[in-house]
Amino acid sequence: MHKSRHLKDLEAESIHILREVAGQFERPVLMYSIGKDSSVLLHLTLKAFYPAKPPFPLLHVDTTWKFREMIEFRDEITRQHGLDLIVHINEGGVAEGIGPFTHGSALHTDIMKTQALRQALDKHKFDAAIGGARRDEEKSRAKERVFSHRTADHRWDPKKQRPELWQIYNGRLSPGETMRVFPLSNWTELDIWEYILVEEIPIVPLYFSAERPIIERDGMLMMVDDDRLPLEAGETPRSMRVRFRTLGCYPLTGAIESPAVTIADIVNEIKAARTSERQGRVIDRDQSGSMEKKKEEGYF
Amino acid sequence: MDEVAARANASAEAGAARSDRDVATAHSELPILRFLTCGSVDDGKSTLIGRLLFDCQLIHEDTLESLSSESRNFGTTGDELDLALLVDGLQAEREQGITIDVAYRYFSTPNRKFIVADTPGHEQYTRNMATGASRCDLAIILVDARKGVVTQTRRHSCIAHLLGIEHVVVAINKMDLVDFDAKRFAEIEKDYLEFAGVLGIPHITAIPMSALQGDNISRRSEKTPWYDGPTLLEKLETVDVSTATTSGPLRMPVQWICRPDLDFRGYAGTISSGSVKPGDHIVALPSARGSAVARIVTADGDLESAAAGDAVMLTLVDEIDISRGDVICSSNERSEVADQFAADVVWMSDRPLLKGRPYILRLGQQSSVCQISDLKHKINVETLEHVASRQLELNEIGLCNLSVTKPIVFDHYSDGRESGGFILIDRLTNETVGAGMIRFSLRRAHNVHWQAVDIHKDVRSTLKHQRACCLWFTGLSGSGKSTVANLLEKRLYIQGRHTYLLDGDNVRHGLNRDLGFTDADRVENIRRVTEVARLMVDAGLITLVSFISPFRAERRFARERFDGGEFLELYVDTPIEICESRDPKGLYAKARTGNIKNFTGISSPYEPPEYPELTLHGGSKSPEALVDDLIEYLVSNRIIDEI
Repeated sequence: MHKSRHLKDLEAESIHILREVAGQFERPVLMYSIGKDSSVLLHLTLKAFYPAKPPFPLLHVDTTWKFREMIEFRDEITRQHGLDLIVHINEGGVAEGIGPFTHGSALHTDIMKTQALRQALDKHKFDAAIGGARRDEEKSRAKERVFSHRTADHRWDPKKQRPELWQIYNGRLSPGETMRVFPLSNWTELDIWEYILVEEIPIVPLYFSAERPIIERDGMLMMVDDDRLPLEAGETPRSMRVRFRTLGCYPLTGAIESPAVTIADIVNEIKAARTSERQGRVIDRDQSGSMEKKKEEGYF
Repeated sequence: MDEVAARANASAEAGAARSDRDVATAHSELPILRFLTCGSVDDGKSTLIGRLLFDCQLIHEDTLESLSSESRNFGTTGDELDLALLVDGLQAEREQGITIDVAYRYFSTPNRKFIVADTPGHEQYTRNMATGASRCDLAIILVDARKGVVTQTRRHSCIAHLLGIEHVVVAINKMDLVDFDAKRFAEIEKDYLEFAGVLGIPHITAIPMSALQGDNISRRSEKTPWYDGPTLLEKLETVDVSTATTSGPLRMPVQWICRPDLDFRGYAGTISSGSVKPGDHIVALPSARGSAVARIVTADGDLESAAAGDAVMLTLVDEIDISRGDVICSSNERSEVADQFAADVVWMSDRPLLKGRPYILRLGQQSSVCQISDLKHKINVETLEHVASRQLELNEIGLCNLSVTKPIVFDHYSDGRESGGFILIDRLTNETVGAGMIRFSLRRAHNVHWQAVDIHKDVRSTLKHQRACCLWFTGLSGSGKSTVANLLEKRLYIQGRHTYLLDGDNVRHGLNRDLGFTDADRVENIRRVTEVARLMVDAGLITLVSFISPFRAERRFARERFDGGEFLELYVDTPIEICESRDPKGLYAKARTGNIKNFTGISSPYEPPEYPELTLHGGSKSPEALVDDLIEYLVSNRIIDEI
């Protein structure tokens, strides 16, 4: 299929950024979270260094609450491309039995995701972590840099963010400091889907509509992915035709009712969409500006 | 809030129609348009962007919902939907009602995708605008129809022009407040064209509009029947920005070398100008080694050609030595290679730019230590006047001469933004502190070469039975630097060594008579002394330098001017209370009463060395004992032989 000019431009810019990471850092890592953005990011990474393999490993921070299909997909993709994958789980959190149902979404996310990510970065001494975040995802991300500086304790300090001119990226770090790098900064959700369409990038089947066991809780359609979901009185999973717009921990990711079974269907659906993709995420709902707070604490 | 709901509904209908068109429309072939919006909240800038997003149906229902609650809390439009709140970013700023920094917005129409760099109009304007403008092809400059062309309009236009933007849309906003008066519009347009004529901006379009009411943004207003130009969106959708970059000579800075196996060697980079195809003759700069392109490799198969903007990997016919930072150029139109050049520098740090202080210059993938050798003048961006100055403060722009320690490959900024624009990095904090646009190389760089001589440093030192070095004493006034240095020199003299002592106060009587005690002058003071000391070391002398030299950056600069092991930083660490009680020249007393400004330790900082070769505790040992320690140190480091 024909790739439009604007997708070519975005692709070239992302490849440029990925190559800068390889050129400027000692120990970069690609944060692979298995979702659509990560799939695009991985695809671009394979292109950027072709015919060589990516000069850095992939890191998946596994909260142990991801959809099962995500884990299967992750293992299959990394096997296919012969990629070096590091899976990190916060074992301390597992030992304490941390989970979204017992401890709430905020604490679960903090310990199993934010803290776990810090552990992994410290353990492997990564100096640059490449992520799939986009500026259009959320209002507070509109000012995020492509090279986003983190202090030695992984904090995002607004005063330490550097102006970015032309295509020059300043990746210089003092000991202990790290950089988060976002090659997809200028992509929108629609760009991501159009690119997946024209490049035929494989994605987790959960993005496509299918009959799935669902319960409705607090206005969210939750998929019953395993038997750890404690059903409340009167709750019985029923089969619904749903799909997911974003993927994360299954208890925190709301499904949407949708007939979309192809990527072309999804592209059309996004174009007509009346809600933003983050609506399905529990974490953003508490209050306006919450993402900004999460970011200062080190949430990706 | 009925109006909110009504607007949302109306927009939903309009949006649905647009969405259907979207789905049916084929992908466009126009490049992404990156544009900049300049103006203040008062000019209605945020409202304008909010309006563009709103009209193009980029506002989702849940965003709209949170917007109506926010309009009530923070809004400035009463019960009306405050579109400005869509684009004002971080929480804290929103509450203060101002935007800082550069925020990026995205929207598209069936014809084109847009990236908006939104920069505020308040005091951080220059830094933010320059950042935003560096990658933009078009600037929307907002003018309040009631106020006309004001100082800020000139400031914005000047910066946009300096950063190389060729297309300007003068958005004459709030026309509703001047009754859509054609005469008023014509007046402002004429004023603006006069000013812009001086600058030399090539493409200017003035559009009468009301962002609040949506006139001439995405829909043609019936209130301006006298206006036959494009609406803002029409202009944005059709402007042709495929400029000289594709037609210029080939430039491809090398980012990364690809060596998956011994048979493949590829050079990865983004073409910043021109185009390339297999068989083209190229040279790699700065080495100037030539070859021809063999293949253009991509994961989607080899390409027949590639052009500016493409991220590619080239293989060459010959194996030549190329590393990251080298630039692959067309062989008959090459970039310049020089170590001295003139550039417009925009300063972005709270700490001023100082002449002589070393910074890291990064241009494309090249890095080099650089110094501002001369600040020709500052530019007043409101009047375009030139102002003499010794330093640049935050948000100031100046024309500077720069020298780099290793030559860099570049083009004039006007010929290519990516190959003529650079950033300056502070070497201690690693922050990006400035940005520059190269105007031209300085000819003397080509003509002045270091004269290689046969009798050199090592030969001269050997004759004197010593190893030439620079003993750099640093410490507070009154710490005992000069006393110790003086005593050491005597001891060395008695031993028959060849020495020279450069003392801070003495040098200020002659060579540095013209310098004061501001930060800028202190930096220059150290630079000159460093260079003198270097010549003396070259002459084979043990050179003693006794200077307060309070700044780490300058001492580091001094260190880097010498060969390894030649520069010995000696920290005379005497507590300030002791220095002050000694006060041999009565200076502390004067500083305490405010009669001396910028006095180190009192009203100006002293940054102690982090890794001195030797620390001399001036408070607890006598000068004689300290000199004994020093002699021992010099012997053990083979500067001098044992006596």
